[in-house]
Amino acid sequence: MMFAGLSRNDKLLFAGFTIAALAMPLLAWPVGANYPDLLQKFAIYGIFAIGFNILFGLTGYLSFGHAAFLGVGSYAAVWMFKGVTMNVIPAVIFGVMVSGMFAALIGFVSLRRSGIYFSILTLAFAQMSYNLAYSVLTPITNGETGLQLRQDDARILDRMFVEQSEGLPSTNLFGLEMSGYPGFYFCCVLLIIAFFIALRIQRSPFGMMLRAIKTNQVRMNYTGFNTRPYALTAFIISGMYAGLAGSLLAVTDPLAGAERMQWTASGEVVLMTILGGAGTLVGPILGAGLIKYFENIFSSYNDGLLAESFSFLPDFLNDALVFVIGPFVGEGWSLLLGIVFMAIVIFLPGGLMEGLARIHGWYRRRGQGDAGRNVAKQAAE
Amino acid sequence: MDVILLQLLNGLDKGGAYALIALGLTIIFGTLGVVNFAHGALFMLGAFCAVSVQALLTISKKVKDESIKFFDAYKEIPYLEAWWGDTGATIIDYAVPISILIAIPLMLLIGLGMERGLIRYFYKRPHAEQILVTFGLAIVVQELIKAQFGANPIPTPAPEVIAGSANVGLWVGLGESVVYPWWRLIYLAFAGVVIALAFAFLNLTTYGMVVRAGMADRETVGLLGINIQRRFTIVFGMAAVIAGLAGVMYTPILPPDYHMGMDFLVLSFVVVVVGGMGSLGGAVLAGFMLGILQSFASMNEVKSILPGIDQIIIYLIAVVILLVRPRGLLGRKGVMES
Repeated sequence: MMFAGLSRNDKLLFAGFTIAALAMPLLAWPVGANYPDLLQKFAIYGIFAIGFNILFGLTGYLSFGHAAFLGVGSYAAVWMFKGVTMNVIPAVIFGVMVSGMFAALIGFVSLRRSGIYFSILTLAFAQMSYNLAYSVLTPITNGETGLQLRQDDARILDRMFVEQSEGLPSTNLFGLEMSGYPGFYFCCVLLIIAFFIALRIQRSPFGMMLRAIKTNQVRMNYTGFNTRPYALTAFIISGMYAGLAGSLLAVTDPLAGAERMQWTASGEVVLMTILGGAGTLVGPILGAGLIKYFENIFSSYNDGLLAESFSFLPDFLNDALVFVIGPFVGEGWSLLLGIVFMAIVIFLPGGLMEGLARIHGWYRRRGQGDAGRNVAKQAAE
Repeated sequence: MDVILLQLLNGLDKGGAYALIALGLTIIFGTLGVVNFAHGALFMLGAFCAVSVQALLTISKKVKDESIKFFDAYKEIPYLEAWWGDTGATIIDYAVPISILIAIPLMLLIGLGMERGLIRYFYKRPHAEQILVTFGLAIVVQELIKAQFGANPIPTPAPEVIAGSANVGLWVGLGESVVYPWWRLIYLAFAGVVIALAFAFLNLTTYGMVVRAGMADRETVGLLGINIQRRFTIVFGMAAVIAGLAGVMYTPILPPDYHMGMDFLVLSFVVVVVGGMGSLGGAVLAGFMLGILQSFASMNEVKSILPGIDQIIIYLIAVVILLVRPRGLLGRKGVMES
C-alpha cells in the first residue's frame, strides 16, 4: 500500500537509503565522523536539503531565503519546549506547522514572480525576518542572545505529570533523552520519512507537474494549467521540510538564534543542493553530508596540526605543504568551499550526481567499445 | 526642520553608496545580461585598496624612543616620515584620496580579468547559474580578504584637514544647530560626479552610444561590424571601477571588513530591482530614494509609531514594487517583467 506505484528501482533505492541511513554510524566510522553530534547534523541538514531540492531542483525556483523557515521552525520548537512540554513530538509538529504557515504567506507573495525576481523577493523576506528577529521581535526571539530554556519556564504539561528535577530539563521522547545516539536515530528516522515523501512526490503526477513548471512554465499556462497552486504547494512543502530541520536543530540543542535566518545560511543550503546535484533525490543529502563533514574536519585543523600530520616529510616539503594548504583549513575552510562550489557550477552544473552518472556512462561505453572491438576482431579472424 | 535636513543628508549619503553599486550592477545586467552577485565583493575590494595603500604608506621601522629615559623603549616610525618629515606625514594622512588613483587602474584590471576569465562563459547559461557562480566568487574573494587582513574592521581615517564637521545649517539659514561631517558631504559630491561621468560617457560619447545600441539590440550592432563584445568587456571594467571607487570613498565612513560587500550587495540588488533591471536612471533614482526613506524611517518619531520599520523599509518597498510594477520605477517595458 505504502509502496504502491513505485517501480522496482525506487523500492531498491528506498531500501538502500534506509539501510545506509540507519547504518550511518558504521559507515562514518572509517572517516572518523561517527560521533552523534556530527551524525545529527548530517541527518538534519539532509532533511533541509531534500526540502530545498523540492523547490529548486524540481520546480526550478531558486529561493535565497530558505533559512528563514529553518529559523522559524527552531523558534517555534523552542517555544513549545518552554511553554508546554520537553517531549519532542509536539515541538516538531508545531515547528513544522508554523513554518508551513509562514511559507504559505511568503510563497503566496513571492510566487507572483519567477526567475531572478523570485530569488530577490525571497531574499528580501528572509532579510526582513532576520532584521525583525534581531530588533522588534525581541520578546519572541530574545534578540541577540537567542531563545533559550530557563528553569522557570511554564512547561504546563511537564509540571502536571512529571516530577521536576533540579537543573534544566533536557528534550526527550517519552523519557528517552534526545542527545547522543538516541537523538541521532530520532533525526535519522525523520530523515528516512522525509526521503520517502520526497521520493513519492517526485514519482507522483504532482511531481511531474512541478518538473513541467521547471521545464516550460509558459507552455503550461498556455495549455490551460494554472501553475501557481502547484508551485505554492511545492513552496509550502519545502518550507515545512526546512521547519522540520529547524525544529530538529532545537531538539538536539534547545536554543534558537536569529543568525540561523541570515541569508548566508540560505546560501549554504543552496551550496549543499548544487554540490550534490539539484533535481536528484540522493544528491542534496550527499551534498549536505559532505559539506557538514568537511566543515567539521577542515575547520578543526590549524597550521600546527597540519605540520604534525605531514611530519613524516622532510622539513622544507613540510613547510611548503603547510604554506599551500594552510589558508584552506581552519578559518579558511569557507575559501575551499567557495572554490569547490565555483568549480562545480562551472564544470558540473548537475553536481556530484552528474559526475557519478558521467563516470558510469564512460565505463559502460568503454565496456561496450571493448566488446565491439572483440566482435570485430573475431569477425576478422 | 533641523532634524529633517539632517536625515535628508544622511539618506542622500547612504543613497549615494547604494546608487553607485546599483549603477554598476544594472550596467552589467543591461549590457551583458549577467546577474552579478560578486558586485558587492568589488565594492569591498575597492575599500581594501584604500586599506592596502594605507598599510603600504605606513610601513614602519623601529627606532628608539628618546622621550622615555628609564628603560630602552622603541617606537615605530613610518619610513615616509623618517625620510621626509612632515611631507611624509601629510602623504600618509592623505592615504584615502591617494588610493583613488591606484584603485582606478587596479579595479579596471580586476573587472576585465573577471569578465574575461569567468563571466563570459556564463552569458548563455541560465540566470540561476550566473547567480550561483558569482555567489561562489564572492565567497572566495571575501575569504581571501579575510585571510589577508583578518576579520576585524580596519579604520582608515579621512585626511586631518576635513576630519571635522561642516556647519550645514548656517548655509541654508537654519542656525548653527545642524552640523555634518565634511567627509560625508564629499562622499555625496563624489557620488554625484561619478554618476554624472558615467551618464556622460554613455549618453554623450560615440563609444557610449554604440554601447547603448548594443544594449538595445546586440546582434544588429554586431552585424554592423562592431566588436560589441569588447566594448561590453570594457563596460564591465567600468562598472567594477565605479563599485571600487564607491568602496574606497566609503572607508572613512565605515571601517572596512571582509563582509561589507555582502551587506551592501543585498541592498543594492533590491535597489536595482526597485529602479528597474537594466535601467541606469532607475538605479540612481531608487538608490537615493531608498537611502532617504531608510534614514527617515530610522527617526525615533517614526519608530515609535511603527516599531522596527527602519529595519525592513527597503525590503518592504521592494516587495510592493515587485508586485505592483515588476519592471521597476524606470524599467523599460518588457524587460524581465515576468
